[in-house]
Amino acid sequence: MTERALISEGSEWTFPLLETYEREIARIAHEVFGLDTYPNQIEVITAEQMMDAYSSVGMPIGYQHWSFGKQFVATEKNYRRGQMGLAYEIVINSNPCIAYLMEENTVTMQALVIAHACYGHNSFFKGNYLFRTWTAADSIIDYLVFARRYVAQCEERYGVEAVEELLDSCHALMNQGVDRYKRPAPLSMAKEQARQRERADYLQSQVNDLWRTLPARPGAPEAAHEERFPPEPQENLLYFIEKHAPLLEPWQREIVRIVRKIAQYFYPQRQTQVMNEGWATFWHYTILNRLYDEGKVSDGFMMEFLQSHTNVVFQPDFDTPWYNGINPYALGFAMWTDLKRICESPTEEDRRWFPELADSDWRKTFDFAMRNFKDESFIAQYLSPKLIRDFKLFAVLDDDREDTLEITAIHDDAGYRRIRQALADQYNLGSREPNIQVWNVDRRGDRSLTLRHSVYNRRPLASGTTFEMMKHLYRLWGFTVRLEAVDENGKTSLVSEVRRH
Amino acid sequence: MSHFVDRRLNGKNRSAVNRQRFLHRFKDQLKRAVADAMTGRSITDVDSGEKVSIPTKDISEPTFAHGPGGRREAIHPGNKEFAAGDRIARPKGGGGGGGKQASQDGEGQDDFVFELSRDEFLDLFFEDLALPDLVKTQLARIPEWKTVRAGFTQTGVPANINIVRSLKGALARRTALGATYRRRLHEAERELEELLARDGEQAPGVVELKEEIRRLRFKLDAIPFIDTFDLRYNNRIRQPKPSTQAVMFCIMDVSGSMDQERKDLAKRFFTLLYLFLTRNYERIEVVFIRHHTVAKEVDEHEFFYSRETGGTVVSSALTLMADIVRSRYPSGAWNIYAAQASDGDNWQDDSPGCREILLERIMPFVQYFAYVEITPDRHQSLWEEYLAVQTQCKHFAMQEIGGAEDIYPVFRELFKRRVT
Repeated sequence: MTERALISEGSEWTFPLLETYEREIARIAHEVFGLDTYPNQIEVITAEQMMDAYSSVGMPIGYQHWSFGKQFVATEKNYRRGQMGLAYEIVINSNPCIAYLMEENTVTMQALVIAHACYGHNSFFKGNYLFRTWTAADSIIDYLVFARRYVAQCEERYGVEAVEELLDSCHALMNQGVDRYKRPAPLSMAKEQARQRERADYLQSQVNDLWRTLPARPGAPEAAHEERFPPEPQENLLYFIEKHAPLLEPWQREIVRIVRKIAQYFYPQRQTQVMNEGWATFWHYTILNRLYDEGKVSDGFMMEFLQSHTNVVFQPDFDTPWYNGINPYALGFAMWTDLKRICESPTEEDRRWFPELADSDWRKTFDFAMRNFKDESFIAQYLSPKLIRDFKLFAVLDDDREDTLEITAIHDDAGYRRIRQALADQYNLGSREPNIQVWNVDRRGDRSLTLRHSVYNRRPLASGTTFEMMKHLYRLWGFTVRLEAVDENGKTSLVSEVRRH
Repeated sequence: MSHFVDRRLNGKNRSAVNRQRFLHRFKDQLKRAVADAMTGRSITDVDSGEKVSIPTKDISEPTFAHGPGGRREAIHPGNKEFAAGDRIARPKGGGGGGGKQASQDGEGQDDFVFELSRDEFLDLFFEDLALPDLVKTQLARIPEWKTVRAGFTQTGVPANINIVRSLKGALARRTALGATYRRRLHEAERELEELLARDGEQAPGVVELKEEIRRLRFKLDAIPFIDTFDLRYNNRIRQPKPSTQAVMFCIMDVSGSMDQERKDLAKRFFTLLYLFLTRNYERIEVVFIRHHTVAKEVDEHEFFYSRETGGTVVSSALTLMADIVRSRYPSGAWNIYAAQASDGDNWQDDSPGCREILLERIMPFVQYFAYVEITPDRHQSLWEEYLAVQTQCKHFAMQEIGGAEDIYPVFRELFKRRVT
């Protein structure tokens, strides 16, 4: 059926050649392995354009802000110095799924990228529950276009500086600007534009209403039981500011909203790094090997491919100078490969640890795992003792009350579960980032905003940036803002405060 | 399902605006960096881009993050000798156990280094000199070229075909190629005529001659009227705009009262003059003369960075300059510029002499003489004498400067002449 002839020899690529590779890869991905993907839009760009794309955090269209310029300058410098090869690929979670190929790459690398991005990442975007819930692939490009135009309009009307200050503050709060549990409504430019003005007017009227206060009766004591506002603590600071900050203009609220929406769009990516990169790496490895088995690519092609592949999945040990944490590509690729192994040829140990996986159809198991997990739960569920041994993982407990570090677990029977749990926890954004929520607004008094940091494991906020952050908050809120820390015993203490004069 | 788009021809510089915003935002830091860079550079080397660095903490974007402390458990790969329950010393500098955390806190990072383009660099350099925009554009200008005719070539684009030349060539070629045929044709025609007159149509040879004539005519007709070989194109080449050579004299007082700060200010003054000159002259030589009681010609490094003490005799420098001009830079071949920086201190009796030397031996030969007095305590006799020179010579400029923004007015006259 399929002819056994090399698709290409040599390393130059041409468009017809790329199309042939793409067709073959698509055939294997869809027909042989049953991946479900969005249609692909594959764009060939130059290295300079890649740097542009890189510095706008992978957004194909972005509003203008100095921080992207800083990113660009840094990228350019590294690239010039040759410190960093540019990323092979950037892929955007949209429908159609946009992937960039860099002109300078050889045909082997292009094929690798097509398999990795256009079929690996693409199917992950389409299948994983986080992406399905939190991002609207159909309308993100429209929304970004809307955002860019809106910010540009605001710059014209209110001045670049005013917009920049606002964006600075919003960017600072981006990590606290996501809903972790609530499902958002899908975005689209048409709807956004239609509703935007209406919403602005309405919001402003709501805010005014909220702040309409009765004249305080002289002599009367403060109402003993004023209802707290907000009634429940709020985790999404940007949302709270957008809806309730007393002094923001409607356009400022809209910009807060734009940053919040973009933060939300990227939120799933931050939670699925290991899974997503591992998945894409697993598939480029599997698909290209299949091409080789079918006799469509040469030995030279495979040598070049394997060389890049091994570079990508290399995990240095903790005591080497180039160690920089656990490589998500390495861990992810190893986990998916291991999962396949458990399904196909389980050992006694695997049967004990994963009775439901042993001897199951690996493709069904893969599909289930890809759709229903994020890094944290994926590791908690599927990290096998064998992998812990392969990586020689160990857990170090750093307690500032002790003078020394303690090795709490290594790759042995006693340690597997603890390591698995600790590693999963390491990927839990909830414990990685400080948990800061809106606690109270003094509506009748000085309108001050109180946030609470729920301290976890006695970990304090970074001393250097916290005050900066409070200034950003103050800029948005306009009245006194204060931050309290609540320790594990429920004791509250004031961390920082910016007062309105 | 999939399609390819070739975007390579789309514009690159999509980030240009963001880059500009970044530079704008950190202007103060950048200006400091540029000023630092200037002190490290030679004044003749001001005209290129520059690597600048900004402390990372100045440009970091804050987020709420955990600081060091508390209790945390981290997983690392590559265990070699640890067993559960082992206790190890806390590594310094955040390696090993806390490696990841340390970088999150932004501690121990290097400066943020990047490269400014030449234009960006000059922009920042000019900024507090308070130059008018027109002058800035002039200074930032890339040397101009003019296109001049340089004869003709055999290749080129059709628009450049020189018709007269091409047709001349064609005519010459036709003449040259057809010459033998035409000569023979004339002969044959004459023979035929004679033959016909003598013997009539039936004379032997008439047919042959007619045939030959027909063949020769055919050959002549076959020579093309114009051939690609004939085409001539106007040739234009780029020449740098005519410019001549200039020499710039930097004269500085290095007596004890000139501290490093004043010298830096003087350096910027000299640099500005140098920049101005590079825009106008192809070749510039710089002569550095330093003086206290005696003057000496030195190299740039010694000029700016070595210190001496002692009294001040300005005339020594002026005499030396006049001598150098006479021996090495005849004013017919050189445009001579001079810039003098001093704190105004001079030996009382020397000042009148300075005026004389200036008026007689220097001002007639130089294009421009600029004198700056850097933050003097009070004006001394030198200032008075120079004021007298200024009234007599239009191309003498003097200024008292307290800061960088006072430097430009010294050159105002000079630039004005160029601008109009």
